Amino acid sequence: MARAYAVRQLRFWLTNYRRTWKGSIYSEVLSPVLYLGAMGLGLGAMIDKHGTASLGHVSYLAFLAPGLLAATAMQTAMGESTYPVYGSVKWLKTYQAAISTPLRPADLFHGHLLWTTLRLAMGSAVFLVVMTAFGAVRSPWALACLPAAVLTGLAFAAPIEAYAMTCSKETSFALLFRFGVIPLFLFSGTFFPVTQLPAVVRPLAYITPLWHGVALCRSLSLGDAQLGSSAVHVAYLVAVVAAGIYAGQRTYRRRLYA
Amino acid sequence: MAHPDILIRARGLTKRFGDFVAVDGIDFELSRGEVFGFLGPNGAGKSSTMRMIGCVSPPSGGELTILGLDPVRHGPQIRAKLGVVPQEDTLDVELTVRENLLVYGRYFGLRREEIRDRTAKLLDFVQLTERAGDQVDPLSGGMKRRLTIARSLISEPEILLLDEPTTGLDPQARHVVWDRLYRLKQQGVTLVLTTHYMDEAEQLCDRLVVMDRGKIAAEGSPRRLIETYSTPEVLELRFALHEQEQAAEKLADLPAERLEVLADRVLVYAQDGDEALAAVRGRGLAPVTSLVRRSTLEDVFLRLTGRQLED
Repeated sequence: MARAYAVRQLRFWLTNYRRTWKGSIYSEVLSPVLYLGAMGLGLGAMIDKHGTASLGHVSYLAFLAPGLLAATAMQTAMGESTYPVYGSVKWLKTYQAAISTPLRPADLFHGHLLWTTLRLAMGSAVFLVVMTAFGAVRSPWALACLPAAVLTGLAFAAPIEAYAMTCSKETSFALLFRFGVIPLFLFSGTFFPVTQLPAVVRPLAYITPLWHGVALCRSLSLGDAQLGSSAVHVAYLVAVVAAGIYAGQRTYRRRLYA
Repeated sequence: MAHPDILIRARGLTKRFGDFVAVDGIDFELSRGEVFGFLGPNGAGKSSTMRMIGCVSPPSGGELTILGLDPVRHGPQIRAKLGVVPQEDTLDVELTVRENLLVYGRYFGLRREEIRDRTAKLLDFVQLTERAGDQVDPLSGGMKRRLTIARSLISEPEILLLDEPTTGLDPQARHVVWDRLYRLKQQGVTLVLTTHYMDEAEQLCDRLVVMDRGKIAAEGSPRRLIETYSTPEVLELRFALHEQEQAAEKLADLPAERLEVLADRVLVYAQDGDEALAAVRGRGLAPVTSLVRRSTLEDVFLRLTGRQLED
C-alpha cells in the first residue's frame, strides 16, 4: 500500500521530467566529457609527467574519473533535493495538492527519493559510459560504481531533502551550495588524495559522505577494492541515508500536516 | 456504526496552534446530498475546519468521523473519497491543463484510459475544452478555479470540499463558478463550502453554520437563519456625515425592531421597510439615500456578532 502510493508520486516526477529531459540528458553527457577532457586529459598529461606515486601509480585520468562520478552524483542529488522540493511546497504548492489525495506526506518524500534514485542511476550510467570511452576504467568492478554512485547521491538527497522541507527561504540553499557542496566537491578526494591535506583537517574529509563515496567508487574502478574498507564505506553511506529518511518523514509531516 | 446518510459528524471539534484556538469545540453533521456551508469572516476558523475534514490537519481535540472513519487513522481511505478545492490555487502551472488532471487522477490510482474519458467530460463541464493542451500558467483566475474544480472531481468524490471557492475572482468569473457549483448541487453532489460572501452562502447552501472566532454562532437554512435572527425587511439610510449621529439619536425610538448604526449608514430592521421610511421622514429627517431591501445573511451575522462579514 505505502509503496504503491510512493510509486504514484514517482510517476508525477516522471510526467514532470517529460518537459525537461532533453536538456538534462544533454548536460549529463556534456558535463563528464568536459571535465574528463579538460582535467583528466589536459591537466592529467602534466601531472602524469611528474610521476603518479601519490595517486597510487595510475594515470590522473583514471584517478580523477571515479571521484568525479561520485561528486557528480552528489551534485545531481543536491539539485534534485533542494529547489524542486522547496518549490513543490512553496511556489507551485503541488505538494499541498497531492496530500488531498490518498497520498501522505511520507509518500511524497519516498516518491521523490525514488525519482532521485532513478535520476542518479541514469546520470551515473551515462557518466560510466563516458568514463569507459575515455579509457579511464581499469577493472570490470567499475560496473559496481553504478550502485555506489547512486548510494553516494542518496546520502546527500535524503538528509538535504529533509532539511529543504524545513526551509522558509530559498537563500538557505545558496548558503548550502557555497559552504557545503563546493568545499566538499573540492576537498573530499575528488581531485587529489585526501592525504595531501594538512593532517589537522584530514578527519573532516573522512566524515563527509562524499569522501566515502569517492573512495568506494575509485577502488572499484581501479580494481583494488578491499572487502573491509568497502563495507565500511557502504555502511557509512547507508547509515546517512537511513538517518535522512527518518528525518525527512518527520519534516515532511510537520510541514504539510499543520 | 454511524447512520449511513450522515457523512461527517463532529463533536467538540477543536484545533489549536500553540496557544491560539482556531476552532473551539464545534458540533455539526453533514448529510448525503446536501450543500453545507461555513459562513464567517476571515480568521473565523473555517479553513482550519476544512483542513481537518480534508484529513490534512489532525484535530487537537473532540471527535471527527468522516464516512464512518477516523481521519487520523484512515486518512488515505477517506481522502480517496473526497474532492478538495483549496482556497489557494495549487495547480501545477508548469504542466498543461490536461496533464494536471492526469497527474491528479493517477494520485487516486485511476487508469489512464479512465482519466482520459473523465477529463473530456470534466473539461467540457468547466468550459475549458479548448484550453486542454495549454499550459496552466497563462489561464485567468476564473479558469484556474474552474480547472481546480474539474481536478477535484476526477476521482468522482462522495464529498466535495470547497474552501472559499470564489475569493479573489472578479464578479463575472464568480458567477460562472457559482453556476457550475449549482449544477453539481442539482446533480446531487454533496458539497461542503466555506465562504465569507453571504450571497454565495445564500445561493448555494441548503444549510449553514455561522462561524465566528472559532465557534458556531448559529445553524440552519439561510431562510431559517434570516427568519430567526433578522426582520423581513431592512431600511438602509445614509445621512450626510455630520448628521449621522444626530439622526441616529432621533431614530432611537422608531417603531422598528432594531437599529444598527454602522460607520457609513444606519440600518433599520422592520417588518415593513416603507412604513419605517415614512416614520423616518415623519420625524423631519432627510437621509441622503434610503433603500428598502430584504434581510440577508449579512444582517444575521451582524446581529449575531455585532460585526460585518466583509471588510
